[in-house]
Amino acid sequence: MADTVIDAATFAELQEAAGAEFVGELIGTFFEEAPQMLAELRAAQTAASADAFRRAAHSIKSNANTFGALRLGEMARELELGGLVADTAPLETLQAEYERVAAALRELSRG
Amino acid sequence: MAESGSRLLVADDNKVNRLLLGRSLEQLGHRVAMAENGRVALEMLRREAFDLLLLDMEMPEMDGFQVLEQMVADAHLRDLPVIVTSSLEGVAHVARCIELGADDYLPKPVNPVLLKARISSSLEKKRLRDQQQALVKRFATSEVAQDLQQSGFALGGKRLVATVMFSDIRGFTSIVEQQSPEETIELLNTWYTLMFDAISGRGGVVNQMIGDGLMALFGAPLPLADGPRSAVLAALDMIEMMQLLNVEREAGGKPALRIGVGIATGEVIAGYTGTQHRATYTCIGDTVNLAARMEAHTKLAGQPILIDQATCDALAGSLNLVSLGPVAFKGKAAEVPVHAVPAPTC
Repeated sequence: MADTVIDAATFAELQEAAGAEFVGELIGTFFEEAPQMLAELRAAQTAASADAFRRAAHSIKSNANTFGALRLGEMARELELGGLVADTAPLETLQAEYERVAAALRELSRG
Repeated sequence: MAESGSRLLVADDNKVNRLLLGRSLEQLGHRVAMAENGRVALEMLRREAFDLLLLDMEMPEMDGFQVLEQMVADAHLRDLPVIVTSSLEGVAHVARCIELGADDYLPKPVNPVLLKARISSSLEKKRLRDQQQALVKRFATSEVAQDLQQSGFALGGKRLVATVMFSDIRGFTSIVEQQSPEETIELLNTWYTLMFDAISGRGGVVNQMIGDGLMALFGAPLPLADGPRSAVLAALDMIEMMQLLNVEREAGGKPALRIGVGIATGEVIAGYTGTQHRATYTCIGDTVNLAARMEAHTKLAGQPILIDQATCDALAGSLNLVSLGPVAFKGKAAEVPVHAVPAPTC
């Protein structure tokens, strides 16, 4: 598991491939979408809906990996493959990691 | 170039993925449309023409597997290349996509270099496939092409009832002697164009062209309602087109052309003959021989269109015919009744 919030190499590759300006816009889209995905994940856990839970975790994993948020991606992956969790603790851990990722991405897109 | 300027469809429910993939494809010079789930993607594929689909698997409403299943069942979408882009894990998922007809599988996040290579290769394959289909259509009739596409290629024939037509240009040899080879080729091309129009306009299929003659089928390889009548009406159209062509030819000081048409209806054996490498759609049997004899007999009878008894019976009095009585043909033990279809004079 990566120690950094955002893997610098992955992020640099993304910027190089798609252009820094476009990545800035993409981060904006991620900020709009991610809270909704996290909310869907929580709702699925409450409703014990395994399908919706897996799908939401899958989406978070996919976007996290795109930006190089490898730890967030790994956490989401464990939820996707592990299925429904009994208590909300893993979701809170995921939420906290997302906040760190969001802060780091905000910093990166400013720079 | 095959890979530039193609029209691609991206189907992904995740907006970040969709935008990023769209961006990568636009950077490669393609035009991109987006769909947010499988159902919308299928609707767009059925409405507009695309060269390639990039398909996510995990989607609400209709997932990627369902899209692939629907595409296989749809003759218009079956050949469209699909590249699956997914972060679903496990070889089983990948295998299932390929089994369902996907060309390739790219894990997410999609590597831009791999993306470019896979897209080029898929588009190139599609281009070759399109080219192949166009070739099949040029050298076979579209009916044969359709039959090949539906049933595959197998040597061997099947028995069916069809109406067979033979036609050629009277006195062609003397026409050829009076003009340059270039003029002859041009004349043949004009003649074939007119005859093809007349025949296909009535649902017939020209399956052989031999010098100044042709053989056409009505009711094979694909069934045709009222084949005998269609064949006779096509023959009348052919005569009419000849007359129009002759007005033009005579104005240019060239001799008028006359054609003979022989038609017979009955059982034929139709199918592919040749080898596994080179084959042709052929039709054989007594009916084919009889149609050829009828056509040859038009010279003797001084009539442009001759038909056999079976074709005459099928017309059930709907056209004016002149019975020429029984005629003895080479290769036929008994005499055969022949009927003439009088052509309108202009």
